[in-house]
Amino acid sequence: MTDIPTLHGAAKVDKESPFIRFLRATEIDARLLGMIAALILIWVGFHFYGHFVNGFGAFLTPRNLWNLSVQTSSIGVMATGMVLVIVTRHIDLSVGSILGFSAMSMAILQVWILPEFLGLGHPMIWIITVVFGLLIGAAIGAFHGYLIAYLSIPAFIVTLGGLLVWRGAAFLLARGETISPVDATFKHLGGGPFGAIGSTGSWIVGLLGCTAAVALIFSGRAKRRRFQFPLRPVWAEAFLASISCGGIIAFVLLVNSYPWPKGIVKQYVAANNIETPVSEIFISHGFAIPVLIMIAVGIAMTFLATRTRFGRYVFAIGGNPEAAELAGINTRWVTVKIFALMGMLCGLSAVIASARLNSATNNLGTLDELYVIAAAVIGGTSFAGGIGTIYGAILGALVMQSLQTGMVLIGFDAAIQQIVVGTVLVVAVWIDSVYRRRAK
Amino acid sequence: MSSETSGTPLVEIKDLSIAFGGIKAVDQASVDLFPGEVVAILGHNGAGKSTLIKVLSGAYKRDGGQIFVNGEEADINNPRDAKQYGIETIYQTLAVADNVDAAANLYLGREILTSFGTLDDAAMEAEARKVMGRLNPNFQRFKEPVSKLSGGQRQSVAIARAILFNARILIMDEPTAALGPQETEQVSELIQQLKKEGIGIFLISHDIHDVFDLADRVAVMKNGQMVGYARTEDVSKDEVLGMIIMGKCPAGAIAGPGAMQEA
Repeated sequence: MTDIPTLHGAAKVDKESPFIRFLRATEIDARLLGMIAALILIWVGFHFYGHFVNGFGAFLTPRNLWNLSVQTSSIGVMATGMVLVIVTRHIDLSVGSILGFSAMSMAILQVWILPEFLGLGHPMIWIITVVFGLLIGAAIGAFHGYLIAYLSIPAFIVTLGGLLVWRGAAFLLARGETISPVDATFKHLGGGPFGAIGSTGSWIVGLLGCTAAVALIFSGRAKRRRFQFPLRPVWAEAFLASISCGGIIAFVLLVNSYPWPKGIVKQYVAANNIETPVSEIFISHGFAIPVLIMIAVGIAMTFLATRTRFGRYVFAIGGNPEAAELAGINTRWVTVKIFALMGMLCGLSAVIASARLNSATNNLGTLDELYVIAAAVIGGTSFAGGIGTIYGAILGALVMQSLQTGMVLIGFDAAIQQIVVGTVLVVAVWIDSVYRRRAK
Repeated sequence: MSSETSGTPLVEIKDLSIAFGGIKAVDQASVDLFPGEVVAILGHNGAGKSTLIKVLSGAYKRDGGQIFVNGEEADINNPRDAKQYGIETIYQTLAVADNVDAAANLYLGREILTSFGTLDDAAMEAEARKVMGRLNPNFQRFKEPVSKLSGGQRQSVAIARAILFNARILIMDEPTAALGPQETEQVSELIQQLKKEGIGIFLISHDIHDVFDLADRVAVMKNGQMVGYARTEDVSKDEVLGMIIMGKCPAGAIAGPGAMQEA
């Protein structure tokens, strides 16, 4: 270790390169840049592979990217919780099964039970169902957490048991039947033309996002000045503001350039007695609801992890469990809360996944635990504990899903997909560990 | 007399015992501490000093015996309880969370919150700058995780954490083990200063030279038992060494249950 504080993985050179100065001024995490670069590489790579080999580049199209964002949401939501689990040196192998069990319970509630009392299509059905699903997930997670924290059974074992138990229980709930269709309003939580907020709504969300980003930069600067901490240069602040607003606006433009399919427009035109010919109507999808859910979860979890006492405890426990205990933190109770939160996020993902399929099947969420863990780990969460970010996990989920989608688009078969995903996971973690060692 | 040793002791540990798997780590040990006093607990590695003190700080649960704080029996079952009684501990292992910064470590478990109930990092860092400025004026690395700090800097973080919250009883387990001569001197000054403020201090050490000049009294342990107690002015270093090594109680000391019986 030298006395010169080097920024993250920056190579130790006597004179700082402009790039490193840039990173230091903007305080952008080099790891974040690396992930975004990897993502762009994957996207461009698949697009041009498709373009040159198959004669059709399908990846960088509004349609594919919109679908990609929807497909990422279920895993992305759970990955944010997995970060906290792994940060505290635990693991949760049961997320896919909790998702399956919650989805099945919700389907039974909204299809078999609630219509009996409220009548089919009652507006309260989806609300009761979602709350119920979140509670089921949280209860299962809390139970796992209790076994881990208070009975001192390793998390690996408890959740491995959970993986089997809840998958089996989901089968028993409906004797293995597939329950479909789900409630008409509930269905929109999974995306699709009617599960998106349209062009105007997307612009509103986008502008709110821009305002929030700029406000955050301003309030951060005011706070630093108040406590006389070093300020970022003005050009760096301006750069951050423009890059975040630019990113948000680009995302809005993207989701708004994906129109409803012809068939849906035809139905819509017929239902609303619109005179204009179908071929001239362009109705944007806009942001899909599951994507908005994932973004909201990402913001809430980032807040929880960095701005609250609970989050501070999670990271302190991950860094040194003994020290956290000696500092007077009730580490067992925090563990229960972490697993309960993870379970609740599984419940939320169950909402997204079953709404997207418009049904609950017995194998919903199978193998999700592996994708969720992979997303968190690719996103920079360390199994040694104490290190991990929420945005990293969501980006990790996006990377995993991009690989999957990309390989489907260019026609790789399932066997090769598995090989590639597995290899990427191992290589990503290897690069990460090399990077960390150099950063020391 | 360098301190007042009459009246109610700040802490009184009576006949405390704790066993791990049938081995009596601490066997019927008693010791007391008065306000503004420094009591050194000495003994070889494995004599039971750290274990005794970990019971007081709530890290271990005792099997038998009583703890009195200000004359009233204290119920200490975990570190939170101990802190309630104003007992702060600087552990030999320092017990810092390596992956978070100094301010987060100082306030771990007792964070300053904003009116919205969120962490007030800026306020905590400002306070941390104040207290660290007093202890270690050269310390500037507030934004970095503690893992990047030197041994001495980590030690200052651990000490700062203990004195930040108006401790009345301070336990220092091998406080100077990781320090250079200059930092050791700073710790000595700090102990003198805290003494003046009426704080009672337990110093744990296996090396008599570290603590003899700082302490008002010594309590020597061997094989989990108390060999004896002595005022530092009544005994010589060699005599205390004899207590540590052979369990032999000199004339100037009060013999405990662990003292070598005269043949």
